[in-house]
This record gives sequence, C-alpha cells and structure tokens, in this order.
Amino acid sequence: MTVNGIEQTADPVGPESLLTTLRDRLGLYGSKNACEQGECGSCSVILDGELVCSCLVMAADADGSEVVTVEGIAGGDGLHRVQQAMIEGSGVQCGFCTPGIVVAAAHLFATGAPVTADDIREALAGNICRCTGYGAIVRALAALSGEAP
Amino acid sequence: MTTITRPDRTLDGVGTSMVRPDAPAKTKGEFAYSSDLHAEGMLWGATVRSPHSRARIVSIDVAPALAMAGVHAVLTLDDVPGSRVFGLERPDQPVLADGEARYWGEPIAIVAAEDRETARLAAAAVRVDYEPLTPLSDPEEAEANGSTFRVIEIVNGDETTQGSVVVEGHYEVGQQDQAPLGTESGLAVPDEEGGVDLHISTQWLHVDHEQVVAALGLRTDQVRLHMAGIGGAFGAREDLSLQIHLCMLALHTRRPVKMVYDRAESFVGHVHRHPARMWYRHEADPDGTLKRVQARVLLDGGAYASTSSAVLANACYFAVGPYRCQSVAVHGAAARTNNPPAGAMRGFGAVQSCFGYESQMDRLAEALGMDPIELRLKNALGHGDRLATTGQLIEGSLPTRRVIESLDAMPMLDSESDDPRRLPGGTGLTTPASAVQRGVGFAVGIKNLAFSEGFDDFTEVRAVLTADGLKIGTAAAEVGQGLVSVVEQIARSATGMENVRMVWDDTAHIGSAGSTSASRQTQMTGGAALAACEAVLAEALRRGDGDRLDDRGVWRGDELVVSLADLLTEGPIEHLERFRHPPTEAPDERGRGNVHAGFAVAAHRAVVDVDLELGLVRVVRVDTAQDIGKAINPAAVVGQIEGGIMQGVGLAVMEEIVLDEGVMKNASFTDYLLPTFLDAPEVEAILIEEPDHWGPFGAKGVGEPPAISSTAAVVAAIRAATGKPLTRTPVKPEDIVGL
Repeated sequence: MTVNGIEQTADPVGPESLLTTLRDRLGLYGSKNACEQGECGSCSVILDGELVCSCLVMAADADGSEVVTVEGIAGGDGLHRVQQAMIEGSGVQCGFCTPGIVVAAAHLFATGAPVTADDIREALAGNICRCTGYGAIVRALAALSGEAP
Repeated sequence: MTTITRPDRTLDGVGTSMVRPDAPAKTKGEFAYSSDLHAEGMLWGATVRSPHSRARIVSIDVAPALAMAGVHAVLTLDDVPGSRVFGLERPDQPVLADGEARYWGEPIAIVAAEDRETARLAAAAVRVDYEPLTPLSDPEEAEANGSTFRVIEIVNGDETTQGSVVVEGHYEVGQQDQAPLGTESGLAVPDEEGGVDLHISTQWLHVDHEQVVAALGLRTDQVRLHMAGIGGAFGAREDLSLQIHLCMLALHTRRPVKMVYDRAESFVGHVHRHPARMWYRHEADPDGTLKRVQARVLLDGGAYASTSSAVLANACYFAVGPYRCQSVAVHGAAARTNNPPAGAMRGFGAVQSCFGYESQMDRLAEALGMDPIELRLKNALGHGDRLATTGQLIEGSLPTRRVIESLDAMPMLDSESDDPRRLPGGTGLTTPASAVQRGVGFAVGIKNLAFSEGFDDFTEVRAVLTADGLKIGTAAAEVGQGLVSVVEQIARSATGMENVRMVWDDTAHIGSAGSTSASRQTQMTGGAALAACEAVLAEALRRGDGDRLDDRGVWRGDELVVSLADLLTEGPIEHLERFRHPPTEAPDERGRGNVHAGFAVAAHRAVVDVDLELGLVRVVRVDTAQDIGKAINPAAVVGQIEGGIMQGVGLAVMEEIVLDEGVMKNASFTDYLLPTFLDAPEVEAILIEEPDHWGPFGAKGVGEPPAISSTAAVVAAIRAATGKPLTRTPVKPEDIVGL
C-alpha cells in the first residue's frame, strides 16, 4: 500500500488492524490507540479518500490502497491549516485525540464548502476528546469554514 | 557600549494566552506518548486478570504459557523481589494476587513475549484454578460489618442548635470513569548492572518511584523513572498500574519490555471515582440562615485502599459546601468491598458531597419560599469566615458571593443554534422542538487546593541560566492541562528572559514535584519556578551589576552592561528551589483544625432541554463564574473550565460504570457513554481574579472547580424541566419517564 505517498510493504499477521500495522510495523505512531473499537476516532486515517477508523480496517484489506495518516496530512513539512487552527485556537490539551481530529477535520474541509458549527460537531461526533470539552476545537475550526482548500 | 531601547513587556509572560509549546508536535502526530515508545529488541507484556470479583486462587499453572514459542517469562507474586504490596496511602494491594482475588480484573500473573499478540495469547494460556467466593459488593453491608478504610466524625458547634425549617434527603452518585484517552502504557529498559529505567505516564513520578523501588527491592539509584507523554489523567494515573510489572519483566528477561493496556483492560487497570450514598438534614431559620447541617456520607472504596481515606476526608470536610453554618455533624465512611478499587478523580470527594448539599439547598429554598440564589448568597462563605466543618479560618481569598452574583447577573443566552440536530434527540431527530421542556439549574461548589491534613507537600524546580537561555527543570506531570505554558510564562515574567524552556528531569536528577492533582501544580510548581527564577535573576543582576535581565544580557537603565554570553563565562547560574505551601495540620478527634492550604469556589448555571416522553436530555448551556486568583494563561483557564464542565455534564446525564456483584458490565467506550462534540453545551465563563494568599501572582489552581458543581447544576435544571425529585446522578431516561 501507499502511505503518505510512500510505497510500503508490511506482513500483517491474520486479522491485524491497519492501526497496528501502521504503528507497530511501520513506526507511524501518529495514529492513536485509545479504544481500538471504532468509538473514539483517535486512529482516524484517510483510506482511498474515505475517512475511516484504522482500528476497524483489516490491514490485509488495505492491500494496494492509498492511506493518508496525520503524519502526511499536511502534504509536506509545513502545517495543514487545520493543524494551524488547532494550535492557535487552544484546541490541543493532552493531544491524544488531536491526530484523529486533525485527520477528520482535514477530510471535512477538503472541498472548501462552507459548514456550520453544527456541521463540524456532527462530522467530528466520532472523535472523543476528554480534555477540552470541545468548545475551543469548534471555535478554531469554524473559522476555516468556506476557505479554499 | 551600544544603547538599545529595551521593550518593557516580556513576550509570552503571565496573563497572556501564549500558544502551548507542545501543540505543534501534538497536531503533527510527532509527540511521543508512553504508548509510542520503542526500544531495540523489546518484548511485549500482558496481564492475566481475575474473572471473579472474589475467589480463592487454588493454583496457578504457568507451564502451558511458558511452553509457547516466543514467550520469555510468566511471573506471579512469588517472583516479586521486594515488597509484595504497594499503595498510595498505605501498602495493602498485592503486586500480583496473593492467594485471593479481591476484585474483578485483579492482576494474577504477567507475561512477556516477542510480540503483543503472542503476549496476549500467553496470558490466556496461564491456567488459574479459582474457587469463587461470595463477594462483598454492598458498601452499606460492608460498613455495618466494620469493613472500612476510614471512618470520620466531624462535630462542630452546639449540637442542640435547631432551625424551624427542615429538609431531609437521600442522594446517590454513580461511579464515573476518568477515561483518559491514553490507556496505561510504558516501557522498561534494564541496564547492565541489575537496574532499570522506566518510561511512564504518571501524575507523580516520585511516588511511583518510591513504590517501584520497594517492590523491586533495589537501591533507589538503581531505578530511574522518566516522564513519557501523557494522554490525559484526571486522577486515573495517581495509583500504580503496570509500573512494577514492567520493571519485573524487564529485569527478569534482561530485555526492554513494553506494555499497553487496551481500553477494556484500562477500565480495570485504574481506580475510579467513588460511588456515594448520602443522607442530609438541613435546618434553617425562616430568614434562610443555615442553623444546622447533618450528613452521612458513604463511599464505596472497593477492594484496596488507594486514596479512599483522603477522598472521604474531602467529601466530609466539604459536606456543607461554601456556606456558613452554626452547627454541623458529619459521619463519613469509606467502605471496603469486592468492587473495583476507587480512588482519585477530578474533584476528589468534593463532587459527591456537592451533589448532596446543592440538592438540599434547592429543597431548602423551596421549603422557605425563598429564591435559591438569595438563599445561597445569604449563607455564602468568604474570606475571614470559618469553614463550617473544620472551623478553619479562611485566610485567602474566597469570593463566593461575587461568584454567585456575577453568574446570576450574566444575561441568560439562548442556544446559539436552532439546528434540529441539537435537540434532545440529536442526529436521530426523534424530538420535535414542540416536545421540548426547558429547565434552568444553579449550583455552587468549593474545593481545597493542594494536599491537606498535615501532609508535607512540596515541589522541586531547578532553574538554570546558560547562554542557550533559561531552562526550568522539573518532574511535574504535564497531563494536558497546560502546566508547560504556565511554568514558562511565570519564568518569563519573573526574569525578563523570553528564551525559556521547561524540561522534564528523571528521578535521578531532580526531587519530587508532588502530584499533578488537587489542582496544585500552578501554585506549587509555578510557585517553585517563580522562587527559583527570582534567585537566578538576583544572581545575574549581582554578577552583571545591573537592574534588569533579558535574552541579550544584563541592563542598567537603557544600557546593556553585559551580554548573556559574557555574564555566564564563569559558569551557568543555577538555583534549586524546594517550595512548600503554608503548613496544614491533621484534624483533631472531632474532625476540626487547619487541615487545608487554600480553597476555590465556582458556580454553574445550566440550561437543559428535555424530551419528557423519551427521557432524553440535551444540555444547552452551562455558564460559570470561577474564583481563579489570577489567570496566568486565560485561554488555558477557559480550556480547564470547558473540559471540567464537560466531565460534570457526563456525570449528570450519561457516565456510569455499571457493576453486578462486583463485575463491570460496561468496560468499553461502546457501553460506557462519553459526551461527544454534539453533547457539548455552550459555555460562557467569568473569571474572578482575587489574588490568593500564596501561589505565584495570586493564582489559584483551576482544574477541579469546573467539575464540582456543574453536575449538581445540570441535575437541578432537569428537575426544573421535569418536576421530578431526581436524587441520583447520572440521570437516566428511565428516571425522567418514570419507568
């Protein structure tokens, strides 16, 4: 599969999740392992253009796919505007949920279509954050609505 | 010598909302949490856990696991080289089960294997023969049998005092999980001489160190603990989980060993908030003056002591809340049962009693025919008053009146959204707007700051000024709250240096910072940083014979008299500070005395929409006014307030660990419900800045007060909407529809 634009080969064992392959075989620790049950969104990645919980995808099923993780979301050395907004808008505390939120929000804002604060809340309802109470994240991201990608 | 005009304000100093220095790495996925560590040749650990809440362990057969390919060790209690028991307040918990499993999920044995999956399979292959015993799961039965960790009686004032208006009630608080997103995890690396380095996420590095050293039976210097990145804590990382296990496996196999709990294991791998059963009787004069409060508080401490004793003390000391009262009698007990151990969680006992006393204050207002806010104002505790329970004089600031009045005066805003997804039925759109009943509730809470009851509470900080800048070294846990910003901001304002960096030292290089709990680090590590920086500044000015310092060097007036590099040619300027807060004392035999170092209050006003037919609740707003002393970083304060309120809302409407005879029925994020983006209320916060009598720049800890009365306010709002008494939290749909 291709991960963040780089061809990668891994040999997952049996039903190993894509999350485990990314973390333990490819050393990409950015995707987080908070519930490994598809409930918290910490492991969100973009798989062939779709937002998924990488803990719910069998690594073997991602064979030949294109995967973008938080490490590749900016597409270079700089910061994605979602990352910049999270940093400047105090959207980060312990930060364990942050990679998943960055990936999910980058996916939401990919088209540049305007979204309301409630659209952001619904789009990110699968991403649990235990520190911030969500307010700072919504305020930070709402400012990006309608911006060209 | 060149004369340069010196800016008169230090960039990113106290009072600014500087961006936290760890945020860029965290958004890029580059920040290394304790679960992201790797060492060459490392093994993976796993834990064998009891499937019974109480059972005699007849035998443990490790042979089938050891026989598996890739398995390097299977260890039991007999392999513990030193102390076989550990514990925060008293060592009563076996490192691995000692012949009897006393709670569901208690660790029985540990294994190390080549990879995570093999380790899990090996744990499953350990054959344990159990003889199940009847668990003691009812805390009332436990107290009646004398099975308790602590019993407290507080008697203050004339016991014959009476009031003509009396209200009485029973209240219950369910068990809440801290649910930090990072599960328990760490990496232990053995050295060549029989020692070990442990990289771990914890709230208190040195108290872990003490317990690990004791269990390993090694010299203090043979065990070094290093702070790894922490994915939230909220009390869950006060007690040991896998620290000793990791070190045992690493020392036994002579290989690095990594362990990461999965979510289900995390639910049994840390202690939770104590469930509480309370009885209250309030007596007042017809004008609303509180005359006498009697309370009984029963906490379920579970199988081992953890911090039950201190949590119970808090619940009892704050049993009356931030109110004056002439006569008080409180009986409290922390029961020992076969339920999973309970311990620290944000609010630490004060949350439970707040639900009791604030429910009572509303009942009392109703009985008096008085406005509930007026009743609270009439009895509000403040500077110069005495706490109703301990009789301690409030020496610091305590703007209870101002907090209540400011919040009451805040305009009642409606929801910023009329989107149907934000009705009680959520995205299921089950609730039409016409079916919604709105309610408003108000509550006030009080919390102590820092450790109490005579504990020698201190923090060490080392400030070192080199040509590379000012470095602040500490072992204080940055759990997400933003201590990293607070310390750097204090250092900048104290010295004039802008080039400041906070670094974490291991246990071999610095003394204890104390716990990141009890809302204490802003005041304690912040206070130590301030003192250390002042000492460094004084020495810099003495060396340079100037009156001000900044990144360029020492100044006299507008003249740079010596550059930073020249100033430090004779060596760096270093100061190690050990900071203590004003001493506290143990209570007397009637529970009285100067047991606390300081206090903070907050008030919450909740607005809820309730679907009366389906029993669904949406918390629309929770506005607040909080006593914070001084905002070192206003954005971080708001972050603590919004996050704390969210956890309070969770305890009010959805979060509860369900036990059946000690067995946890919902140990997953599928079954233990956490508030999501769509559940979050809007929050407007008023920061009340009245400097406290100690702590840097008058600042108070801000982490816990948002979680004290937010739960009580939300439940009060649901009562207002439904007309139901609702004496138990969390409020479930069946409580509203009356099934």
